[in-house]
Amino acid sequence: MSNTATLSPNAQEPISFHVAEEHHVENGTLLGFWLYLMSDCLIFACLFAVYGVLGRSYAAGPSGADLFDLPLVALNTSMLLLSSITYGFAMLEMQKKHVRATLIWLGITGLFGAAFLGLELYEFAHLIHEGAGPQRSAFLSAFFTLVGTHGLHVTFGIIWLIVLMVQVGKLGLTNENKRRLMCLSMFWHFLDVVWIGVFTFVYLMGVLP
Amino acid sequence: MSAHTESAGHGAHHHAHDDHEHHGHDDGASHGSLKEYTIGFVLSVILTAIPFWLVMGKVFDKSSTTALVVLGFAAVQIVVHMIYFLHMNTRSEGGWSMLALIFTLVLVVITLSGSLWVMFHMNANMMPMSVHEMKNMP
Repeated sequence: MSNTATLSPNAQEPISFHVAEEHHVENGTLLGFWLYLMSDCLIFACLFAVYGVLGRSYAAGPSGADLFDLPLVALNTSMLLLSSITYGFAMLEMQKKHVRATLIWLGITGLFGAAFLGLELYEFAHLIHEGAGPQRSAFLSAFFTLVGTHGLHVTFGIIWLIVLMVQVGKLGLTNENKRRLMCLSMFWHFLDVVWIGVFTFVYLMGVLP
Repeated sequence: MSAHTESAGHGAHHHAHDDHEHHGHDDGASHGSLKEYTIGFVLSVILTAIPFWLVMGKVFDKSSTTALVVLGFAAVQIVVHMIYFLHMNTRSEGGWSMLALIFTLVLVVITLSGSLWVMFHMNANMMPMSVHEMKNMP
């Protein structure tokens, strides 16, 4: 408390009280965000269930074995996996309070995420071009819904990442920004967990005879 | 100038805050180390590469065997990600995040197995529709 008394002349005192109070909210935010992720997990569980039920209803159209390009999926998976570890490096630099290094690792993470999205959009465009769009069969409807929802999450993750990079660049690693980075970290790693389910359940099991 | 003093002020709070965090609260939340991330990454690369190899190299003759093994690898990899990337443990947030996770897993298992089971039985037991019936569908 003696600290705040010496700070009072430059009118920073209200902020110091605000930040000190924030501590309890920080824990609450992370737990709350975890609960959000769990509800997101239920959305994906429903979409996985839909795919599980409809995934072999081809309506005399192409099957997974005809359509899926596994080397491309492997490349896609490695992009997401690499973005996970680079986000981890960003978190480590954040703990050491290195603003520049944090920003660089966040930027690399964003690039890997964008590469993942680019490959996925290329795959989607290729499928639609071949006449295997979402309206072709129940299998393809379920496929596009599940994989598309994951891709949409990655898109919003990248937008969030860019916003946070701007924030960190402008304000530095304040407690608020650290908390936001931790939330995005959970979100990003969670998307990687969902992708494990997607490449196993949809792609790998989809090409099995 | 004012922005500068503000960031300096924030910097000062950092230290006060961190001290508080280390002494006052021990919520068991771990934020990972280089070792943890590296172990997690290496494990997940291995656990990703093997299923891809099993499917692309057609290692097993029966596809049901391949499917089961691949699902097993996915389950292990999800646990690896939970521990090494999401830093899940029974102590973080006083156990509440683990409780939420277990609850969610129960719901996920019910949703998935229930849907697959019920819809498989519907498929197996329903008579195929005749063309005449199809025309009279609402």
